[in-house]
Amino acid sequence: MIPLSGDLPKSKGIKSESVDSINVTKGTSTLKRGFAHMLKNGVVMDVTTVEQAQIAEEAGAVSVMVLDKLPSDVRKAGGVARTASIRIIQDIMDSVTIPVMAKCRIGHVYEAKVLAEANVDMVDESEVLTPADENHHIWKWDFTTPFVNGARSLAEALRRIEEGAAMIRTKGEPGTGNVAEAVLHIKKVNDELRTIKSIYDSGDKQGLVSIAREFKVSLDLVEETAKIGRMPVVNFAAGGIATPADAAYLMSLGCDGIFVGSGIFKAEDAMERARAVVLATTFWEDADAVKEAQKMINEKQSILGLDVNNLELRMQDRGGSA
Amino acid sequence: MSELDIGILALQGDVAENFMSTMAAMNELGIDGSVSQVKTPDQISAVDGLIIPGGESTMIGQLSMVNGAMNALKEKIGSGMPVLGICAGMILLAKNSKDRVVGSTKQPLLDVLDVEIERNSFGRQKDSFEAEVSLDAMDIPSFQGVFIRAPAVLRTGSGVETLGKFNEKIIAVKQGNILATSFHPELTRDVSLHKQFVKMVADSKS
Repeated sequence: MIPLSGDLPKSKGIKSESVDSINVTKGTSTLKRGFAHMLKNGVVMDVTTVEQAQIAEEAGAVSVMVLDKLPSDVRKAGGVARTASIRIIQDIMDSVTIPVMAKCRIGHVYEAKVLAEANVDMVDESEVLTPADENHHIWKWDFTTPFVNGARSLAEALRRIEEGAAMIRTKGEPGTGNVAEAVLHIKKVNDELRTIKSIYDSGDKQGLVSIAREFKVSLDLVEETAKIGRMPVVNFAAGGIATPADAAYLMSLGCDGIFVGSGIFKAEDAMERARAVVLATTFWEDADAVKEAQKMINEKQSILGLDVNNLELRMQDRGGSA
Repeated sequence: MSELDIGILALQGDVAENFMSTMAAMNELGIDGSVSQVKTPDQISAVDGLIIPGGESTMIGQLSMVNGAMNALKEKIGSGMPVLGICAGMILLAKNSKDRVVGSTKQPLLDVLDVEIERNSFGRQKDSFEAEVSLDAMDIPSFQGVFIRAPAVLRTGSGVETLGKFNEKIIAVKQGNILATSFHPELTRDVSLHKQFVKMVADSKS
């Protein structure tokens, strides 16, 4: 079971007030991580308009992620990619009942503050946008709103959790329609988890200290993670997912749910595909159900996709060393 | 008496946490039984009691329509199977639901609990909160309520008992074999509410 505790003492994001002489607390880890738990086994879909958000909700998305441009268009457009227009985010919040997330640039504390003030349900500090600070991510404990961060390895994931991330997703390679990097990242994380769990089980405290130094995170967090042998927060797959089979494959690798970016709304059969990806995510253990979901899409209408070995821009490298 | 089998509806949401809480509740009560994750109509028809967990009610509702779980649930609850609906589960059990901002939606509901629900009644995620609630009618004087984008009950029909309120809003109800809460008992270590539900299931079987 994933622990919900782990609040940083006196973190600014925790707010207390009194309602009818009852103490009410907001922004705790239980609430932030608990929010992510409610998304488990679900699909979060990238959207740029109210219409797309409504299609996503109708298809059974558990949440929508608002961007100015879909990741594959960010790749084509070049220039600087920033957070989406607040008015569009608010219009989407007024027209769907599911949670609404939005992306801010890595390290851009004020884009995050703006999104939190706009009342989005979760902020994604995302490598899809142009980083504002290559050396520091946002100190997320200062926020009452929960954050999700991308990671290519367990070390990156634990660094983000130490900064206050309530949820992790693989980085994959966004906007490529190519699932290879997401597969690589979740397999790496799984290998690393197996390694630290065996170190923990063997009682090798010095081994855990070495891991903490290598990962550049606290020993406590390494120990907690090694003990449970899984990511200590909800962990989704993201980056390059384009088909129901892609989603089911990543669920089978131990992901708690799926983010789909360009894969749906850059396809020509978006509505059917959105529903098909949801079905494959829910029923991934049943190969026949996944086949039925895959049957709902037409490969000729999939995003063409990119070879991840010859990319001019590798979004996954952004913020990776910090 | 054969062993109790309590199912957790496992289409989406925090299934694992309810699984753990129910196991712990059975242990504390010294009741022999098993907990299983259920998705299909066949699996639903095999259990003695069912928990509909927290998650996204629109998604769980739509998926239940697709695989026939919706009808199986309706039939089973109608025939007296105890059911606990948590947050999204409370919404799904209800007769009517509307969103605080968006208003009425076409989301599929089980229509077995005679209440009207307001979704996202306390606001969006930033306003999610923890607060102590009391459920005296359940013999639970104090419980740490974890409310995440929580719904509230606006109106109750006859036959629906209000179990608890927070800030004038109804946050827990019971109607015969149906128990529902706005908050998430599975996100705390306190299993007293799950224990009450396990007892309901045990009583219905004896």
